[in-house]
Amino acid sequence: MVSKRIVLHFPHRLVNQPIVYKLVKEYDLKFNILKAFVTPEEEGLMVLELNGKRENFEHGIEYLKSCGVKIQALSQDVIRNEEKCTNCGVCIPICPTQALYLDKETAKVNFDSKKCIACELCVKICPPRAMEVHF
Amino acid sequence: MKTIKEINEKIKKGEAVVVTAEEVIDLVQKKGVKKAAQEVDVVTCGTFGPMCSSGAYFNIGHSKPRIKIGGGVCSLNDVPCYTGFAAVDFYLGATALPEDDPRNKVYPGEFKYGGAHVIQELVSGKDIRLEATAYGTDCYPRRKIETLVRLSDMNEAVLFNIRNCYQNYNVAVNLSDKPVYTYMGMLKPNLGNANYCSAGQLSPLLKDPYYRTIGIGTRIFLGGGTGYIAWQGTQHNPCVPRKENGIPQSPAGTLAVIGDLKQMSPKWLVGVSMLGYGATLVVGIGLPIPVLDEKVIEHAAAADKDIYAQVVDYGTNYPNCVPGSLGEVNYEQLKSGKIIVQGKEVLTGNLSSYSKAREISEELKRRIKENEFVLSEPVAPLPGADSGYSFKSLKERPIVTKEE
Repeated sequence: MVSKRIVLHFPHRLVNQPIVYKLVKEYDLKFNILKAFVTPEEEGLMVLELNGKRENFEHGIEYLKSCGVKIQALSQDVIRNEEKCTNCGVCIPICPTQALYLDKETAKVNFDSKKCIACELCVKICPPRAMEVHF
Repeated sequence: MKTIKEINEKIKKGEAVVVTAEEVIDLVQKKGVKKAAQEVDVVTCGTFGPMCSSGAYFNIGHSKPRIKIGGGVCSLNDVPCYTGFAAVDFYLGATALPEDDPRNKVYPGEFKYGGAHVIQELVSGKDIRLEATAYGTDCYPRRKIETLVRLSDMNEAVLFNIRNCYQNYNVAVNLSDKPVYTYMGMLKPNLGNANYCSAGQLSPLLKDPYYRTIGIGTRIFLGGGTGYIAWQGTQHNPCVPRKENGIPQSPAGTLAVIGDLKQMSPKWLVGVSMLGYGATLVVGIGLPIPVLDEKVIEHAAAADKDIYAQVVDYGTNYPNCVPGSLGEVNYEQLKSGKIIVQGKEVLTGNLSSYSKAREISEELKRRIKENEFVLSEPVAPLPGADSGYSFKSLKERPIVTKEE
């Protein structure tokens, strides 16, 4: 079994198609939509957590690629600008997945990008604006 | 037992024993107050949090022909300055915003660039765009100027913060059913989070709660350079209830501080943006406590568990100036990452960087040990816990115009 968080970029022509439905029906993958929106240019973006057998997962990804969906691993999306971060910690209670947490020893804020679901709640509430989004 | 003069002699000989406000806690616990007081000469404190009542004044020198910016209009990178002084003196406040900033018109506003950011860029050595218009006089004929300026070319550039270094602060929560955007950060509805803002056991005024060693004229670490306590800060409120250990249970004393901006660093003066609230300056302050007697070190040894703060509702009560606490918690509980409020477990976040506060206390310790920083004698005390000095609310009175 695998469980992975991925970012899907849908080109304009795919926005109206039931692609996620196929992932369930054909590839027996469980999904959890973490975020989804359509940009003004009508490109779709969806952050998904996919859960299922490794084989099915790989086939599902192949299917998505064959449709023209661009796939990106999630951890690349939100990064912390270490220069700007003052390690205050006001982001910690805002982060829904504890990707941002306090190291009790150093009193510094750690960022575990593997846990990040790119909800971006931290981005605007960070006083020195150290959390940056890179798509 | 010891005088500041004697401690300074030791500093000059490189013999002073200096510990941070964190290290002194264990030390006193192990050796006892008496022995620790004999051994230790100075305890260094630090804090690094947003402090809105900050700003800097400048004298930029006279242009040819001369311009009287005083009484005119002046901005640095479009952020307006206060010009009500002589010809080329002006003051830039940390929370000042460019005229065309949308503020909270698109709610919550982002406040990406304000006076605080200009100050940080100035201390980074960057060129800043100065624009000013004036009404013109016989001796100052020029009406308009646009030029790049930088810190090193200015005559004076002085950080002068009228309220910094709060002795304790509220823990902010939101009891309402919608998010609120405050100077204490974003507060999620229905007790979604609890934000606090203090270095606790490292915070200067919490470690000398009765201001016994701190006063007007005390030399401090300010924004990376050297500064001084100029006065008590605005809203200084020393007479609030205190715990048995003398530490105020709610926001109390404050400091007005001053220092040469040219010595300071962008590491210790950081312009920040509080979503939906405004721009503000995070200021790094370090303060030395001379161990004059046992009482001083006993106070300096207060730990997070000994320091209490009040939980305040920023959803309804704070904005309406309704007093009242939802309970009190100590800084050990706050730093554990969660507290209990009204029976609910609430995650905590700090606006004040403890790791940076620690770094400041270490840096000040190094400076004292290496004789780069000697202590100063305060020239006058700050209004104390029995002074009767207090922080009042505004009494509004109707403006009655005389009928002709």
